[in-house]
Amino acid sequence: MYDKSKIIPALVIFLGLATYPIWHNTVSGKARYVPKPELPTDKAKKECVEPKTFIRVNHKTLLEDWKFSVVRNGIRTYQASNKKAYTISLNRTCMNCHTDKTKFCDQCHTYMGVTNKCWDCHIYPKQLSPGPLAMRGP
Amino acid sequence: MEDVSKQKALKIDYTLPIKSWMEPTVEFRKGTYGYPGASKHVNYLGLPFPREWQPTDKDWKLPENWKEIILRGMKDRLGRYRSFRLFLDICVRCGACADKCHFFIGSGDPKNMPVLRAELLRSIYRRYFTLSGKVFGKLAGARELTEEVLKEWFYYFYQCTECRRCSVFCPYGIDTCEITMMARELLNLIGLNINWIVEPASKSYRTGNHLGIPPHAFKSTVDFAIDEIKEITGIQVEVPINRKGAEILFITPSADYFASPHWYTFLGYLLLFHEIGLDYTWSTYASEGGNFGLFHSADLAKRLNAKIYSEAKRLGVKWILGGECGHMWRVIHQYMDTFNGPADFLEEPISPVTGTHFDHVKSTKMVHICEFTADLIKNNKLKLDPNRNDKWKVTYHDSCNISRGMGLLEEPRYILRNVCTEFYEMPENTIKERTFCCGSGAGLGSDENMEIRLRGGFPRANAVKYVKEQYGVNLLTCICAIDRATLPPLLEYWVPGVEVAGVHELVGNALVLKGEKERTTNLRGEPLTPSEN
Amino acid sequence: MGLWYAISGILLLIFFVVIGIEGIGLYSLFAIFIPYAAILLFVVGFIYRVLKWASSPVPFHIPTVSGQQKSLPWIKADNINSPYTTGGVVKRLALEILLFRSLLKNEKVEIDAPHRLLFRTSVLLWLGAMAFHWSLLVILLRHLRFFLEPVPSVVVILQRVDSIFQNLLPILYISDLIIVIALAYLFLRRVIYPQVKYISLPSDYFVLLTIAGIALSGVLMRLIFKVDLVQVKEWVMAMLSFRPMPPKGVSLLFYIHLFFVSLLIAYFPLSKLMHMPGIFLSPTKNMRNTSRNDRHINPWNHPVKVHTYEEYEEEFRNPMKEVGLPVEKE
Repeated sequence: MYDKSKIIPALVIFLGLATYPIWHNTVSGKARYVPKPELPTDKAKKECVEPKTFIRVNHKTLLEDWKFSVVRNGIRTYQASNKKAYTISLNRTCMNCHTDKTKFCDQCHTYMGVTNKCWDCHIYPKQLSPGPLAMRGP
Repeated sequence: MEDVSKQKALKIDYTLPIKSWMEPTVEFRKGTYGYPGASKHVNYLGLPFPREWQPTDKDWKLPENWKEIILRGMKDRLGRYRSFRLFLDICVRCGACADKCHFFIGSGDPKNMPVLRAELLRSIYRRYFTLSGKVFGKLAGARELTEEVLKEWFYYFYQCTECRRCSVFCPYGIDTCEITMMARELLNLIGLNINWIVEPASKSYRTGNHLGIPPHAFKSTVDFAIDEIKEITGIQVEVPINRKGAEILFITPSADYFASPHWYTFLGYLLLFHEIGLDYTWSTYASEGGNFGLFHSADLAKRLNAKIYSEAKRLGVKWILGGECGHMWRVIHQYMDTFNGPADFLEEPISPVTGTHFDHVKSTKMVHICEFTADLIKNNKLKLDPNRNDKWKVTYHDSCNISRGMGLLEEPRYILRNVCTEFYEMPENTIKERTFCCGSGAGLGSDENMEIRLRGGFPRANAVKYVKEQYGVNLLTCICAIDRATLPPLLEYWVPGVEVAGVHELVGNALVLKGEKERTTNLRGEPLTPSEN
Repeated sequence: MGLWYAISGILLLIFFVVIGIEGIGLYSLFAIFIPYAAILLFVVGFIYRVLKWASSPVPFHIPTVSGQQKSLPWIKADNINSPYTTGGVVKRLALEILLFRSLLKNEKVEIDAPHRLLFRTSVLLWLGAMAFHWSLLVILLRHLRFFLEPVPSVVVILQRVDSIFQNLLPILYISDLIIVIALAYLFLRRVIYPQVKYISLPSDYFVLLTIAGIALSGVLMRLIFKVDLVQVKEWVMAMLSFRPMPPKGVSLLFYIHLFFVSLLIAYFPLSKLMHMPGIFLSPTKNMRNTSRNDRHINPWNHPVKVHTYEEYEEEFRNPMKEVGLPVEKE
């Protein structure tokens, strides 16, 4: 009464689950995939509102701060740490440089399984032909 | 009455000691332990290290290499019982079992919490058999095996009735009973056993029953019962003994035909078998259903149990019927077929009266008398007059082994509802799978152990007290011989005025026999209706 | 006593990481060597322990019976508490594993002076255990986004569900909140209830504190001391495809988190945490109560010395004959 016929398959399943990421990534062929958000080539667009390291980690809270700043306080200018002032606007400021959502935002968001709510309200420029609707949100 | 019991009332104190449980401490106070096995009986069974000693002695006269024997025995059992290793490994000490043990409830001694009882052994396992215990020692809950630890084992593993109530509440089903069994096997390897187990086992080995009744005395006790039945009912019953070619072999604990109040249950069986004209036989060689070997070791249990199948084979019966007993049924239900089967010389049991196939016992081929009688009643094969039990307001105590070993819960209740008019259940936390032990099972029923028995039986008695106060219950029925022996003193102490009876005693009272004279007394010889006073 | 051992142990380990990372800069040790070793120990140790259990047979058929057996056809049998079919066993085990059914039965016994027992249902432990284990599972599954590319949509959905009540950033997941509360409860009950305190070993506190360390460092990284998740995933993916490199863009807190996770999984097979696979193998829970119907074989069922009928009759033949009992040999 050793139940080997049940325990051994169960252990194989355990081993399969424990090493599942390896199989998953091998099968998908993405084990070595690294997201590459496309950066603007235009020299004038090289500098972001804040340093890259800060943006990489904190862009989501920065955007939320921007939202509150406009919606609640009516302040539409952001004083950045580099002493410059920027218009608080997702489309006109951020997306002005990073024009392609799929090539920029989605790169990391998809990689990390993040679903953001930006585009629930905003419509990003490239999605539409240029026109007033693109400016629906500030 | 109240005053007397109050005066004697045992104090139950749940205050915990300051000292950690890991430091072994044990005090052998009179009334809290059983006397060691007498050399005579240890010798007769050929068990190791017979000697004269007392737990209160400083020197237990242990064999020189006792530690080696214990550790070797442990290793051996870890390899033979998955349950043992697993239960030692996976406890998380959540504490759900703590207040489920009747000994803890009644004594307040923290080492009676099932978790700590197991830790007494687990700590040694960790020290000698696990990496974390070897490396981290005390931090991982590991202890050195010392003589003090051994004494503690003796005290606490003979303070567990193997009732398995804790295992019902354990999220992993850790069965302290199995741990206690292993601990007792280990203790027995170096001759640390108790007489209340070894003596009945040795007697059963020799004479066929725990009480040591030789065949001729068995015959005369049966004759006495026949006379008594004649007196009460006017019926002459026949009681076949060692009869070859009978259809059924009947096995019951020996206390049934020797002790009181068991005796009346015995009369109940005889009346029932007479009335349905059962083709059956008793056996003197296998005149014991109970098995005190179970409280010693699996091997000794097997040695005693072997008699049942071998006698069934010798007598050429078709199947076996078993009487009211607790641990007897634990062995029959969960061990016998594995120990001494296959019973391929027997036939699948069919009731000769109703034609019912007992197709839940196809392999072991042994039927419980409550299954058998419930089937008779359901098929209207018995004429019953429940009013003959009007003297009693009845409640029912589920025996641990019957409820948590077998799951035989409804059969006896069905019988009781048909043989008496007033039946009341105790609170649901104390019956069926949650039943409380009598406090004296697993070989702890000796008189020298009385204080522990009264403490252990306290939760059971308390539930009885509840139904006594609530409904006026005056009879506690049960289907276990140890219960019938040990509940009367327990109830006398905690709930005076409640008597104890087997279910088939009430069946015997209610059973209307063909051609019987009008009964004026019950099987106890007491007037049938309650006296008005 | 045990508590202080455990707390100082945890503090010592934190100190170890701080010195290792901030002091000496042993990034490769903490980000590569220790995690690899921990996973190896976990997988090998886990399988070893289970095989160890498997190597001992189940000699007897002893389920824990908690309900009516299957006997006569007109008596309703309880197929969950006293299972008589494999389906019943599966149901029973599933209820036990997924819902901790036995803990739900828990009741507290109190003595009401003099000598009156009271039973109170007590679901707090069940609640704490459920909250802890389920939120731990959700958190584990959520972390799969670091391990899998592409991230399966179930993981994404799980994240959204787990943050459903939240609109503000940074997101605090429901499971994070629950696990912290549950851990606090499970820890406090070991400190406050005298009985539970009495039975607790240093290792019991240690495990709780380790998991608490993991949970708190994780929550802190989410809320306050943020790390660059993309780089963390790049590190995980590199580790998974065996081209290890230490992660960039992470803080000391991340190393503490990682070290405690490594510690926990390495310790797993050595400890009571093995109750996870253990429950599946528990003989009292995974067998049917059909002991009299199906013969259970004990592989080591060795022969024992018995007292035969012949020996018995030899001793008692004369008195048996005297009272007229039949004998084999006249």
